[in-house]
Amino acid sequence: MQKKVKSSAGNQDKNASVRRAMTLRRASPFLTVFVLLLVWQWVSAREIISHILVPPPADVYLAFSNAMADGTLPKHALVTLEEMLYGLLIGVGIGLVIGYAIAKAPLLESILSPVIVGFQSTPIVAYAPLLVIWFGSGLASKVVTTAVIVFFPMLVNTIVGIRGVSPNLRDLLRSLKAGRWQTFRHLEVPSALPVVLAGLKTSATLAVIGAVVGEFVSQGSGLGFLVTSARNLYDTPLVVVAVLTMTAISLSLYGLVAYVEWRFLVWQRRSIL
Amino acid sequence: MRLSLRDLSVSFPDPAGDMRPALGPISFDVAEEDFVCLVGPTGCGKSSLIRVLAGLLPPTSGSARYGDEAIAGPMDSFAIMFQDANLMPWRTVLDNIALPLEIAGLPRDIRHEKVQTLLLQLHLEQFELAYPAELSGGMAQRVALGRVIVQQPRVLLLDEPFGALDALTRERLSLELLRLRQRYVQTIVMVTHDISEAVFLADRVIVMSRRPGRLVADISVDLPRPRSPAMIYEQRFLQLTKEVRAGIEDIRA
Repeated sequence: MQKKVKSSAGNQDKNASVRRAMTLRRASPFLTVFVLLLVWQWVSAREIISHILVPPPADVYLAFSNAMADGTLPKHALVTLEEMLYGLLIGVGIGLVIGYAIAKAPLLESILSPVIVGFQSTPIVAYAPLLVIWFGSGLASKVVTTAVIVFFPMLVNTIVGIRGVSPNLRDLLRSLKAGRWQTFRHLEVPSALPVVLAGLKTSATLAVIGAVVGEFVSQGSGLGFLVTSARNLYDTPLVVVAVLTMTAISLSLYGLVAYVEWRFLVWQRRSIL
Repeated sequence: MRLSLRDLSVSFPDPAGDMRPALGPISFDVAEEDFVCLVGPTGCGKSSLIRVLAGLLPPTSGSARYGDEAIAGPMDSFAIMFQDANLMPWRTVLDNIALPLEIAGLPRDIRHEKVQTLLLQLHLEQFELAYPAELSGGMAQRVALGRVIVQQPRVLLLDEPFGALDALTRERLSLELLRLRQRYVQTIVMVTHDISEAVFLADRVIVMSRRPGRLVADISVDLPRPRSPAMIYEQRFLQLTKEVRAGIEDIRA
């Protein structure tokens, strides 16, 4: 009897320690950010590095509230966001379609691979000016740079996802006389979804690179433009604000895809263990 | 309607590109409502034979017919159950069993009604909303059994369906199959490598030779139905398993 009580108390201890470990794990990313902010504050307060190089957090906050108040930050952020979303839509769309086609017809892979691999091996920064010449300095060229950069992970993951469909399940659907559309809807899409969503996560974080590279090359508007123009004025706090805004946009998109993943892939979270 | 196989053979290309015979030529008939078990050594083409009957593999020569119709692709009234459960990991137990009905275009409420009845019969009612990853091997195979039974096939093709399970689970599922058969299925062709399982379940046991598999023995099982686990200790059962074993020994010799 006594033994039993003792062991259940031990279990409780164990549960509590497990819970503590979980809490620590969830909190630790925030802790990291907090520590970084402290270090930043400390470095700038003691002026170990010149304020022009590393502006103190307070200056950055001031720059942020000014840029919010006069509308420059929302304006440029929206421009960048718009470029990213259109770019994602087009790049992801084309990646899905071509990826599916290649997965289904290996001959197509042989035909297209020099173009695709060539595009991927060339740094986008190098040929972005060319894209500006072709597509003008407006929205189009940035949408194209974004689309180009998000295309590749989608393509690769779609190919891997569709090729990974179980041949036994294909046999099953064939024996059930499922049509092409039914096979697509009931087998290929759900089976490839985890891999495709992993690709979309990568694409979502890459999108900002595409948009900002485009903005660096052709002036006008957007967060990339804000960085260049603030730098020219030695307004480092504004540069930091613009950069952190890019991070925030990128993280939000990533978070959105992660949420979709969590929501739609319930079955992956469930197992005997 | 009868299933009839005439000089059926299957060959596969080897790495050098030459055709290597894997099955047959083999001929036999399966009468309506017969339960036929195919036994034979590994690699004798049993699975190829089942795949031909399922319309998933075209025969290299000869023919397989169901009634007057040549089997050239998957048949409406046939269902096949594979070696592993082959469930869709993203579908619940309920939706996995309902898949054939969904493909056939039945509305949701009718699908669910049919599956619910079957879940009770298969003792799966508590697992309705579970995902395959949450099931044991025996449970998963039970769901796979549900997925073929729900089609109420006229011909059920089983490719070593219980091969990966432990002896006890296997026996329970075999009994389950016999019980459900009376109500939902007519003809059964089953591949197995277990001689006593074959004798226990079937009306007829067909013994196949080594690759390329041909018919070496065709043994009628005259044990009364319904079969019960106690029968495996009876004289007649032992006699029959000996006969089947002798057929297989002949191949080895």
